[in-house]
Amino acid sequence: MANPILVFCEQRDGRLKKVGLEAIGEARRLGEGAGREVVGIVIGASVASLAEELARHGTSRVLVGEDPGLTRYSSETYAAMLADAATRLQPVAILMGATAMGKDLAPKLAARLKTSLAQDCVALQMEGDGFLLATRPVYGGKLRAVVKAVTPALQVVTLRPNVFSPIEPKPASGIPIERLALQASPDRPRATVRDVQQTAGSKIELTEAGIIVSGGRGLKGPENFKLVEELAAAVGAAVGASRAAVDAGWKPHSYQVGLTGKTVSPQLYIACGISGAIQHQAGMSSARTIVAINNNPNAPIFKLATYGIVGDLFEVIPLLTEEVKKLKAES
Amino acid sequence: MKIVVCVKQVPATESKLQMTTDGADVNRSGLSFVINPYDEFAVEEALQIKERLGTGEVTVLSMRPHADQKPEEALRTCLAMGADKAVLLSDQVFDGGDAFTTALVLAAALRRLSFDLLLCGKQAVDDDGSAVGIQVAELLGLPHVAVVNKLEINQGARTVLAHRQIEGGIEVVEAPLPALITCQKGLNEPRYPSLPGIMKAKQKPLEVWTRDTLGLPAETIGVAGAKQRVVRLEPPPPRPAGRIIEGDAPTAVKELVRLLHEEAKVI
Repeated sequence: MANPILVFCEQRDGRLKKVGLEAIGEARRLGEGAGREVVGIVIGASVASLAEELARHGTSRVLVGEDPGLTRYSSETYAAMLADAATRLQPVAILMGATAMGKDLAPKLAARLKTSLAQDCVALQMEGDGFLLATRPVYGGKLRAVVKAVTPALQVVTLRPNVFSPIEPKPASGIPIERLALQASPDRPRATVRDVQQTAGSKIELTEAGIIVSGGRGLKGPENFKLVEELAAAVGAAVGASRAAVDAGWKPHSYQVGLTGKTVSPQLYIACGISGAIQHQAGMSSARTIVAINNNPNAPIFKLATYGIVGDLFEVIPLLTEEVKKLKAES
Repeated sequence: MKIVVCVKQVPATESKLQMTTDGADVNRSGLSFVINPYDEFAVEEALQIKERLGTGEVTVLSMRPHADQKPEEALRTCLAMGADKAVLLSDQVFDGGDAFTTALVLAAALRRLSFDLLLCGKQAVDDDGSAVGIQVAELLGLPHVAVVNKLEINQGARTVLAHRQIEGGIEVVEAPLPALITCQKGLNEPRYPSLPGIMKAKQKPLEVWTRDTLGLPAETIGVAGAKQRVVRLEPPPPRPAGRIIEGDAPTAVKELVRLLHEEAKVI
């Protein structure tokens, strides 16, 4: 039987990250040809109840690493558990989301297993013998690298959120859920999360948002971000900002989309008063639909935009908010 | 406190990139290079810690990633910013490796240096791998905290308290020293080298270490040791041509909402 594909599904506070289900969907597609089993792993203090959700999204087996001490993330304990599972199952690949946790955990795991690592992948292809061809943006998105491991075993891969599709969930009844105890390292973890602080503001996390409305220098001042926030509220979007807006102190760095900020792949990205410098494009050019609102018809953002409106954003954004509200009221 | 900062020299972000003939790498000749921007935060943080404590030593460490690069220039810039000494890891056998072999070489060099704290950038803006720092920590058996935008050192307790950016918030992580921290924007504002700093940097020690110095078997590093290779580099897929919606603002907005709803089906 072909070696399985292992998918680590991140949870925080008992809630699964969407990208974990996307990774299961992709693992299913990758493993289909060779009949590879897709095994899910979930780790935390009390996570057994999440196993069913993984099964509904396509895993045929779920490994649960539970420990009352694991209310918070620990790179050391998580890596030890995943390494243990990998050693026992000998998966051809280990997939996880390219989240703050995934991008922290994957390099540690790959170094421990002495295997290949491909971070933040946007496309994957598996050859019959298990070699993965992983496509990942490099040079701030100016190029894409297609990388391949030297051995088709334990290939560690993180998947960019919002790029891959989960499968249609099926009822979990009848799908066997096995619970395997995972052995954590006996050593006490040394780096310890003491506190998790929520940042105030946007409730929807940028990297996971389906829709993002971003504001830039064209807003002319921090007080005008409320136009962007009102539009975001109407359309159900997260709020982002350009580097210019962040550097001016209008929004904290956690809002920044671009080279020195976050990389996002939403269904819809609305850029308000953002010229679209290469710095900004690096963070948002993989959005499916891009709308640009800018008063400068020569702004580079219009080269990327699916739809553009050349006009005064102080007039256009409130009109757009109203039109969206009307549409939502009708549907 | 002894601090070692790992830095990488990368092509300047505004560079126009061209591929090599085999299509698997960027042609480096004619490019201008800079210190990886995230590594500048690491250097600045090290200097600020030393200044705050009033004692200590800052060593900068870099590996030549490619024969056509001169990372000694990046190291001199770090010395001009105020670092005390530099070590350049330079050997043809380091070429063509991946994140893992780079981490292996850096870890071997770090075993020859004494340190209480390791700092590096959260990612290099060429490979965008976000891996080497964390892998160095793993290979050295040290705890790490990645993507840190606030760092406190408790010298008495020999611990660090690091604020690490996560989705929708921050994790406050405590780790015993020695530990490795990868640095994120927001941690500090990197200084520019001063003219006296640039003059002084010329006199500061910059050692060059090779594979022999590190005693690493050749088959474990560079092309021979790499766990992964680049098959090809390609431009990102072109976006389909967009359209400007004409008309006065109310007309254009109505049309935009119609298109988003009916054509793009995103709202």
